Amino acid sequence: MVNHSLYTVQAVVVLDSDGARLLAKYYSRRPSAQGHKSLKEQKKFESELFSKTRKSSSEVILLDGQTVLFKYINDVYFYLVGASDENELLLSSVLNGLVEAISALLKHNVDKRNLLDNLDMVVLALDETIDDGIALETDPSAIASNVSKRGVDTLDVSLANLNEQTLLDAYKQAKERFNLAL
Amino acid sequence: DAKDVVRRWGNEANEALNGKALSQGASFFGGASSAGQVVSTSNIVQYHAMGLLYAIRQHDRMAVLKLVNTFTGQSKSSGWMGGGGGATLRSNMAHVLLIRYAVEVMEGDPSRASQLHELLKEWVRHRSDMVSLEAARAMCQLPGLNSKQLTPAVNALQVFLSSPRPTVRFAAIRTLNMLARTHPEAVQPCNVDMEGLITDSNRSVATFAITTLLKTGNEASVDRLMKQMQGFMAEISDEFKTIVAEAVRSLCRKFPAKHGVFLAFLSGVLRDEGGLEFKWAVIEAIIDLAKHVPECKEAALAHLCEFIEDCEFTKLSVRVLHFLGEEGPQTARPTMYIRHIYNRVVLENAVVRAAAVSALAKFGAATAADPSLQQSVRVLLRRCLDDREDEVRDRAAWALRMTGDTAMRGKYVRDDSTFALAVLERKLVEYCANPAAAAAGQFSFDGIPRISRAQEEEMRDRVRVEAMDAVLTGSAVSAPSKQAAAAAGADAAAAAAPGTPTTAGTASGFADAFERQAQYAEKLNAIPELAAFGAQPLVSSCAAADLTEAETEYVVRCIKHIYAGHVVFQFDVTNTIPEQIMEQVEVAMEPEDDSAAELQPVVVVPIPELRCNEPGSAYVAFERADAAEFPTATFGCTLKFVVKEIDPATGEPMEGDDGFEDEYSLEAADLGAGDYMLATYIPDSHALWEALGADSEAVEVFALAAFDGIEACITSVAALLGMCPLDGALRPKSKAAHQAVFTGKWMGAAKTVARTRMTFQKGSGVTMELAVRSEDPSVSQLVVAAVA
Repeated sequence: MVNHSLYTVQAVVVLDSDGARLLAKYYSRRPSAQGHKSLKEQKKFESELFSKTRKSSSEVILLDGQTVLFKYINDVYFYLVGASDENELLLSSVLNGLVEAISALLKHNVDKRNLLDNLDMVVLALDETIDDGIALETDPSAIASNVSKRGVDTLDVSLANLNEQTLLDAYKQAKERFNLAL
Repeated sequence: DAKDVVRRWGNEANEALNGKALSQGASFFGGASSAGQVVSTSNIVQYHAMGLLYAIRQHDRMAVLKLVNTFTGQSKSSGWMGGGGGATLRSNMAHVLLIRYAVEVMEGDPSRASQLHELLKEWVRHRSDMVSLEAARAMCQLPGLNSKQLTPAVNALQVFLSSPRPTVRFAAIRTLNMLARTHPEAVQPCNVDMEGLITDSNRSVATFAITTLLKTGNEASVDRLMKQMQGFMAEISDEFKTIVAEAVRSLCRKFPAKHGVFLAFLSGVLRDEGGLEFKWAVIEAIIDLAKHVPECKEAALAHLCEFIEDCEFTKLSVRVLHFLGEEGPQTARPTMYIRHIYNRVVLENAVVRAAAVSALAKFGAATAADPSLQQSVRVLLRRCLDDREDEVRDRAAWALRMTGDTAMRGKYVRDDSTFALAVLERKLVEYCANPAAAAAGQFSFDGIPRISRAQEEEMRDRVRVEAMDAVLTGSAVSAPSKQAAAAAGADAAAAAAPGTPTTAGTASGFADAFERQAQYAEKLNAIPELAAFGAQPLVSSCAAADLTEAETEYVVRCIKHIYAGHVVFQFDVTNTIPEQIMEQVEVAMEPEDDSAAELQPVVVVPIPELRCNEPGSAYVAFERADAAEFPTATFGCTLKFVVKEIDPATGEPMEGDDGFEDEYSLEAADLGAGDYMLATYIPDSHALWEALGADSEAVEVFALAAFDGIEACITSVAALLGMCPLDGALRPKSKAAHQAVFTGKWMGAAKTVARTRMTFQKGSGVTMELAVRSEDPSVSQLVVAAVA
C-alpha cells in the first residue's frame, strides 16, 4: 500500500554505545501502523536494533518489516524507523537534517556526555524536525535556529544598525512585492 | 466538524503550495527581529501543503487530478509563479508525493496511461535522487508494462547501484528485486552490477543482490553465481541461508540441465554447519531436484544416504528415509539403499528406527522387486521384531504381514489417495471429546473424504508459501523484505507445483466444501421442519448462486440441498438499506414449466426479521413425489416481505407503522442434474471404470458449435456435471484436443465416473464424446442428459 499521507516516520531512537536508551520517540499515527508499542516491545526492538547495527558500518537495514536508517557518531547511535515501502532517500534526508542540527547545537561535539547535558535542546530539535510522524523540516540550520534563541552560526545582527537597516530593507521588500503584484 | 474547519484552510494551503507570500514575508521579518531567524531552504512547506490538500480532496478524484495537473505543465496557469509552463515544485519531498498521487489517479485510467508513462519517464531523469528513485519505483510497479518501457527506470536504478551512499544502493537493489519478480528479463542488464554487490558491506544489500540474481540469472551466469555463493554461505545467518536454499530450489526448476552444479552446491552446504530450518530447506531442494530431474536421482540419493549417516536432526533423517523408501525400489540397485536404511534401524533413536522400518516395508512392497530381494527385506524386518520400542515392533509386524500377502501389497502400492487431513482431524477430535460416541462404536472412516495425493501436495505447497510469507514478514532479523522472500517462496511453489493456483484453490476448495457441508447441516438441523428430512443433506451445492446483481438493495444467494426425498433451497438474504427493516421475508418460487410437477412444495421457512447488513436465511422445501425420479427445473423467484421504516434514533420500527408489503423479483434458480451429484474424488478411478463395466454406460456425442475453444467448453461441462475433475482435467494442454475424467457420487452414494474426449476445429466448434458409467445405470443416463 503506497503511503499517500504525510506520516512517514514511525520512530526515532538514540542509543549509546552499550545499547542503552538516550532518547526514543515512537509515532503511531499512520493508518496502517502496528499500533502503540508497549514499553517492553520498544525495549526489545531497540536491543535488536542495536545488536544488528553495531558491527555494520553502513547506514541502512531492513528489520521487522521496517526500514531503519542509522548514523553512528562518536559513541552515539541515531536511528530513524520508517515503513518498508517508504522512500528511503526521503527518510535519509530527515535523519540527516536532524543529526546535523543536533551537531550544530552541540557545537559539533556529539557524544553521550554532551548530549545528556543538553538533552533539552536535543529533544526540542527532534520535535522541530518531526511532529507525530510528519517530517516538519529537513534543513539543519532552520531546525537549529528554531531551537535556539540565539542564531547559531548565523550572522549577528548588531543592535546599532537595527533600526535603519531594517527599515530600509522593509521598504525595499515592499517595493519588490508591489512590483510583482502588478 | 473538524474536517470542515480544515477544509476552509484549503485556500491558504494552495497558496503555500504555489510558493506565494509566505517565504517573502518571512524574509521581510527576518531582518527585523533580533533572533536572526534562518529561512529554511528546504521549501518543506510545499510538502506539507501538498499532503494536506490531498488529504482534504482525496475522495474527489477530479480534484486530485487537478492538483496533479498544476505541476505537470498541463494547466494554463500564468507564468509568474515559477517561470514558464506549469508551476514547479521546489521541494523534493513534495515531488515524491506528487508522483504517488499522479500514479493513483492515472493508473486505472487507460486513456491516461500513456500520459502517466511519459510523466514518469521525465521524472526519472529528475536531478534529485529522491524523486528519481520514487519515479523509477512507481514505474516498476505499474502493471502491464513491457521490458522496453521499463528501460528508463532500470537504467536509473542501475546508476544508483554504484552510488557511494549505501542508502541509495539499498533502495535501488530493493526496487530491482521487486521488479525481478514480474519482469526478470528487464533486470538482466544489471546482472553484472549486482554481482559486484554480493560482497557489499551492507548485509541487506548483499542479500537482495543474491536473491535478485537468483531470479534473473541465465544459464551462463549460474555457474559463476554458484561458485560465489559457496564462499558466501559461511558468513551469513541461518534465516538468510534458508532463503538462499529456497531460491536455489526454484533455480533448479528453471535450469534442469545444470543439475550437476546445483547438486554439488546443495550437498556441499549440507555437510557444513547449519540449523534445522536451513537443512530442511536444502533437503527439500535436493528431493525436488531428484523428483523432477531423473538423471540426477542416483547422485541425489547417494548424497542423501551419506547425509543421514551423521545427521543430528531426527526430523531430517525421517524425511530422507521416507524419500528413500519411495524412490529406492525403482533404482537399479536397491540393495545399496537397503543397507543404508538398515544401518539406521540398528543405530539410531526410536523415531528414526520406526521411519526406517517403514522405508524397508516400501522396498518389500515394491512389485518390481525380485523374490530374493523380498526375502532379504523380510529377514531384516523379522530382526526388527525384537526392538525395544513398541512402534518399531508394530510397524515391523505389519510390514511382514503386508509383504507376505500379494493382494495387500498390490493395494498398498497402487493407492494414490489419502484422507483430507483437516477433516480427519476434526472428526477425530469430535470423537475423542464425546464419550457417547466412543460407547456407540468404533470410529468410522466413512464420512471422511479422500483426496488424491497430487491434490494434497498442492495444498501443502500453497500453505507453505503462505506460511513463508507470514513468517518472513514478521521475521525479526535482517532478512530481506517480505517481497523478496515471498517471491522466492512463491517462485519455488509455482515452479514446484505444476498445479496452477487454480488447482490448488480447487483442492483446498474441496476441503473447505466439506467444512461448509458440516456447517449447513448444523444450520438446517436447527430448523425443526427441515431437520425432519434427515440428519444431513446428501448433497449441497458448493457454491452459492447469486440471484441478484451485486450492489442492489437486497442481495440474495441461493444454495441447494438435496436430501433423500426432498430438495431444500436456502436463500441467504441481506438487506443493505439502513432505513428500513424487513419482516416475514420469504421467497416465492414458481416453476417455469410443468416439468416440476414431481416437485411438491412442502414447507416455506421465512426469516422473521431482517435488519440492515445482517444476513439471514430463508428456506423453501420441496418433496420429490417419486423417489426414483430426479426432476430438473427452473424456478422464477420473487422475494416477498413486509417493509417497515426504522426510527433512526432507536433502530426500532416506527410506532404504529404496520409496514407495507413489497416484492422484489430475483433471477431464476435452477435445479439441474449436476446438483444431485456430490463431487468427490474417488481413488483409482480407472479400476472403478473397468469394474463398472459397459452395462452401466451411457455414451453420447455432442456437436457444440457455440463454443470457440476447448477451455470454455470444458469449464461449462464441468459446471453442468457437478463432479470432481481429476488432475489436469480442467487444464487442456492443447487447443485441438483434450481428454478429461470426472468422478462423483450420485446422491452421495452411487459412484460415477465420467470420461470425456473433445476436439476442436475452428469452423465447426467443439465435438465432444461423453461416456458415463455408474453403479446405477439410470444415473448414467441422467448425467448424460444433464449435459445435453
